Amino acid sequence: MKKTIRFKLNGQPKSLTIDRERMLLWVLRTDFGLTGTKFGCGEGFCGACTVLVNNEAERSCQFPLEDIDGKEIITIEGLAKNARLHPLQEAFVKHDALQCGFCTSGMILNAYSLLLKNPEPSHKDIIEGMEYNLCRCGSYNRIVQAIQTAAKEMKGG
Amino acid sequence: MKKEDYMDIDFYDDRTGLPLSRREFLKLMGGGIVILFSVGDPLLLEAQRRRGQSLPDDFNAFLRIGENGRVTCFTGKIEMGQGVITSLAQMLADELEVHLDFVDMVMGDTDLCPYDMGTFGSMTTRFFGPPLRAAAAEAREVLIELAAEYLQVSTSQLKAEAGVIYHKSQRQKKVTYAQLTKGKKIVRKLKGKAVLEKPSDFTIVGTPVLRRDAVAKVTGEAKFAGDIREPGMLYARILRPPAHGARMISVDTSGAKKIRGTQVIENDDLIAVLNEDPELAEEALGQIKVRFEKLDSQVDDKTIFDHLLKVAPEGDIVSQGGDLAKGEEISKSVVEKTYLDGYVAHAPIETHTALAKIEGDKATIWASTQGPFGLQRGAASVLGFPAKKVRVITPFVGGGFGGKNSNQQGEEAAILAKLSGKPVQVTWTRAEEFFYDTFRPAAVVKIKGGVNGSGRITLWDYGVYFAGERGAQHFYNIPNHRTMAFSAGWRGAPGSHPFATGPWRAPANNTNTFARESHIDILAAKAGIDPLEFRLKNLKDERMIRVLQAAAKKFGWKPAKAPSGRGYGIAAGIDAGTYVAHIAEVKVNKKTGHVQVKRVVCAQDMGLSINPEGAKIQIEGCITMGLGYALSEDIHFKGGEIFDMNFDTYEIPKFSWLPRIETVLIDDREAAPQGGGEPPIICMGGVIANAIYDATGARLLQLPMTPARVKAAM
Ligand code: FES
Ligand code: FES
Repeated sequence: MKKTIRFKLNGQPKSLTIDRERMLLWVLRTDFGLTGTKFGCGEGFCGACTVLVNNEAERSCQFPLEDIDGKEIITIEGLAKNARLHPLQEAFVKHDALQCGFCTSGMILNAYSLLLKNPEPSHKDIIEGMEYNLCRCGSYNRIVQAIQTAAKEMKGG
Repeated sequence: MKKEDYMDIDFYDDRTGLPLSRREFLKLMGGGIVILFSVGDPLLLEAQRRRGQSLPDDFNAFLRIGENGRVTCFTGKIEMGQGVITSLAQMLADELEVHLDFVDMVMGDTDLCPYDMGTFGSMTTRFFGPPLRAAAAEAREVLIELAAEYLQVSTSQLKAEAGVIYHKSQRQKKVTYAQLTKGKKIVRKLKGKAVLEKPSDFTIVGTPVLRRDAVAKVTGEAKFAGDIREPGMLYARILRPPAHGARMISVDTSGAKKIRGTQVIENDDLIAVLNEDPELAEEALGQIKVRFEKLDSQVDDKTIFDHLLKVAPEGDIVSQGGDLAKGEEISKSVVEKTYLDGYVAHAPIETHTALAKIEGDKATIWASTQGPFGLQRGAASVLGFPAKKVRVITPFVGGGFGGKNSNQQGEEAAILAKLSGKPVQVTWTRAEEFFYDTFRPAAVVKIKGGVNGSGRITLWDYGVYFAGERGAQHFYNIPNHRTMAFSAGWRGAPGSHPFATGPWRAPANNTNTFARESHIDILAAKAGIDPLEFRLKNLKDERMIRVLQAAAKKFGWKPAKAPSGRGYGIAAGIDAGTYVAHIAEVKVNKKTGHVQVKRVVCAQDMGLSINPEGAKIQIEGCITMGLGYALSEDIHFKGGEIFDMNFDTYEIPKFSWLPRIETVLIDDREAAPQGGGEPPIICMGGVIANAIYDATGARLLQLPMTPARVKAAM
């Protein structure tokens, strides 16, 4: 059965007609060419595919497109505004919080929703909130520092 | 250079890897100044020698200063997170006196870059750095000569600064690089005579610089192999056996053909479904009915060690000295132990990925690979194309750690593109990644060591089976010793490992350092001496003494006999020319056996450090990654069947595992730069094992030190 799903993607209204279950990750990467959202494990374990759905971090490899209807999605490509990096992106650059960069989109978006809920997270809050996003290159320490810096920055601004 | 460091690399004549003739190539390059140079890579030279060839007089790397004054370096090395895209550019900018933003790096493109063996073994900085700097210095000399002509002054009166050449005393007399290269076409071959900048004159090298690829990576713009799009491309899913060695009995693909838009490829053993929608390809794969017959092999992750000892080949002596019998005789206590280490996966977050496109008689492959030229050759052979008709382009690589020296996915994409007539992307699932990984080999180390009454090590009889010999040789001052290696490197002999094995970040050295440093600690405890003091007492190597002392100072080490209950451990090692010493503090939950590493101090002596910030990041990365093989990572299998398919059962380090990490870089500005991407990982097994012993008195002899094993040892 055909169904038309309407949603906002990085601020733009979009619609897509589907006739079977499709996961958001593949729709983003193939139909919309937004390849900043990564495939890492396909089963919800790594967080490389994290996007924001109504400002909530979600694993797009596990998120059926049907559930997007009427919602707002932000991907890593939609985070910078008017060619200005978001404070989290800036902090990741400044702290060298990445190596290969494959986990980075997911890390930043997961941190984004964490900071929305908790603008002044403690070290422990950050660790707990980020726990299930995996980085094989071992950038964890710097990611924590970057999130702390971004939190300060966002409060000030 | 040790034998096994090159044994496992597939060499071929580097000239066949060069897709263009030198003339064609230089025509393509356009105007400007081009400096050709050879990377004096001992491995390559050794390979040439072994093939009975004379040394190549041709170049295998080059840099160009274009007519716009921009500097481009072309290299077959690739960027996979280790930061060389920054450190190589930095060296170049420094030597050439241009701003870092004026340097472009073209990496891992087999059409544009001269042959390179691959990015592994911490060799990029070590072997590529010095000739790159020499080439840049040569280019600077050419520029100064041109400027002297242009300004009508002698070269000695000129000085280069930020892309401009000035008269030393009359600064208004100046000319930019772009002005000098305009309309010129100068080609030089480096003979290695250019005068290098003195380390004390370095402006960019040795100072922290942020990654050049960071902005692209935080905005999602950085392209990895799976992000490349070609019109009409299809996504492939390939039918896999349930176990290594399984044989296909029957297959029925009719169900797959019913899935909309699916193209089924059946080519001998290769059965694949292609679809423009990756999820439909997945669905089609699920519709294939197939029967396999598994091999009747029973070896599993528990019995593997006995199996390995049984099939071990004759050993080779790595080093020896003195007399073992005499050593045993003069020892007051002799301890004999066997250390075990399981299979470990590379598990980069990006799985093996490639996109292949064939146009006429030419193939282009974008691949996540550590060895673009190896893939070029492999793909050429499966396609039946000459190598020069295969172009491999390496976008950013999402982690490699040794695992992406193997290019199976690129060959699969190439053959599927040929058979289907469409561009084809192959992205391995996580289960495929765990199945076809070239695992770090399971290994056994047997050590017999002795100490005399005054705390001197008097005996060291060491045998490593299947790990490989990198790091096997001890560096202590031991009069009677022998080090043997059984098995030809980390690939093992046929019939030894149930699946493919290969180099894993600091190959062999993780296993060897775990065993050696554990055993040294056991001897220290036997002698009743503080483990740091015991090491210093038995060392003559000044560099090793210096890193150990540096780590101890940073940590605030207070001498005590182990087990002291404090949970402090120490370990040291040498890898890729770099010396490292680690001190760790752990907390062991006596009820569950769970180990939390609280703090790790790492001191590292890597000679001149090109990018200290980069080196620190690599240390942090190594320590974090090393927690995994030390505490949890272990491939579970039976016969050729691998039970780990995702990160639920194969646990890699997470945020909460993180210790406080402190680093000390012993920067030796006059010493040659050494590798930094691997050495700091080698001590992680040993340092944690020794800290667990110090905390609990329990000695762990097997990696990983899972809660169950820690509990059992207590
Ligand atoms: S790809 Fe979605 S969680 Fe790993
Ligand atoms: S930076 Fe490579 S996985 Fe995180």
